[in-house]
Amino acid sequence: MVIRAPNEEYIHELLGKGVREHERGNMDYRNITLELNKIPHAEGSAQVDIGNTKVLVGVKIDVGMPLPDKPEEGALITGAELLPIAAAEYETGPPSPEAIEFARVVDRGIRAAEVVDLSSLFIEKDRVWTVFVDIYVLNYDGNLFDAGALAATSALLSARMPKYEDAKVVREGNLGKLKTKGLATSCTFAKVGSKILLDPNANEEEIMSARLTIANDTNSIRAMQKGLSGSFTVDEIENMIDATFEKSKYLRDVMKKQLGE
Amino acid sequence: MKEKPELMINGKRTDGRAPNELREIKIEVGPLKNAEGSAYLEWGNNKVLAAVFGPKEAQPKHIADPEKAIIKCRYSMAPFSSLEEHNRSGPNRRAIEISKVTKEVFENVIILESFPGSEIDIFVEILQSDGGTRAAGITAAAVALASSGIPMKDIPYGVSVGKAGDRLLLDLNKLEDNYSDADMPIAIAPKKDEVLLLQMDGTLTKEEFSKGMAMAKEAGAKIVKLQREALEGRYK
Repeated sequence: MVIRAPNEEYIHELLGKGVREHERGNMDYRNITLELNKIPHAEGSAQVDIGNTKVLVGVKIDVGMPLPDKPEEGALITGAELLPIAAAEYETGPPSPEAIEFARVVDRGIRAAEVVDLSSLFIEKDRVWTVFVDIYVLNYDGNLFDAGALAATSALLSARMPKYEDAKVVREGNLGKLKTKGLATSCTFAKVGSKILLDPNANEEEIMSARLTIANDTNSIRAMQKGLSGSFTVDEIENMIDATFEKSKYLRDVMKKQLGE
Repeated sequence: MKEKPELMINGKRTDGRAPNELREIKIEVGPLKNAEGSAYLEWGNNKVLAAVFGPKEAQPKHIADPEKAIIKCRYSMAPFSSLEEHNRSGPNRRAIEISKVTKEVFENVIILESFPGSEIDIFVEILQSDGGTRAAGITAAAVALASSGIPMKDIPYGVSVGKAGDRLLLDLNKLEDNYSDADMPIAIAPKKDEVLLLQMDGTLTKEEFSKGMAMAKEAGAKIVKLQREALEGRYK
């Protein structure tokens, strides 16, 4: 555990005055950049930077067995690694509960919004395509969830689709796109004292009592996840839902600009 | 498995319930004598044992917090618990996530400062599962904790709200959960209606969220009553 006590006092002092670091408003995102195809060897990839947070997502598509309960659908498997290079407090070893929760929340948003058309991934009996979404956290400065969701969705939307020919996977040459349907982004809020802050940075996450991530598309909430031991009132949650519908327009714009739609 | 069954027929659900009707809930306090506190809960076809051990010295020592107790929580599903295929034993990724969010619920309500340097272990064993097990587990663990005498500022409960088509359904069973359009497990500290756990996936509008929360709170009043009756019955 890293001791951030001096920051804690400083952030509380700032918030007491009604301001955030870098004069950010409570409902403002930090600068967001999205870069597609960082890893050309992967079928799809995207790096998202939100402030100093850097998250890289690589998508690989392999042939595998279908899940027993979905024999006619492809599979989607999402994992996350909090790399030891990303923060002094990250350690090597098996995935922590935090990493597992992170991967599962991103996965849930992608799945609920039907980003990947899983029915298009059927090849033949007992043979389907499996889409692996691996989230690599390269640098941690808070709000991994939104960076991960944006990078994962972007990587999937830009992924190329291998071919299965003569019992072999063909990954190069004239390939089409992975078939996708929906599009979801997420907005994450932190409760610090009585304040609700969009897009918390590491200093703010260090002292937040509760966190809420809301994934949505243009019409609906698609996934939610509350974290940590603090609580929210229903009013606070309703306000965050409103903010999510408003702020997600910006996230979709960031994505569409790079995807050329 | 491919065909989606009709979840509502003539205003009734597949198990005969109305849309805002809870399954039957039974709570027994103190079935496990070795535990500091325990509860057995049946919630429809869900069968759940919750047990609390401690407070005891935090192990390993380096995780101890000199100012307060730490909570360890394990939610686990028995390999034979489901009507579907055999599960592998031990916590999978789903169980690790549920353990984490359950732990966070109890970190909120337990007065951790009462036991500096110690740990409190909360175990939730799902013996039989039929949808809504994390809510059932939290409801049971809350009773187990209360019965252990560990000081708490509130006794939380869990419940879930889902959606079939455009209809909100309280407390989904497994069949409904498999085919629902949304599922939203919630845990609430009832004194001030503080939301301690909130997860959701599927499709939900804001209006549906608000209506679903109202349904959850209404059901919560019933669950809270059952928790209290079970605890009071124990000490009569």
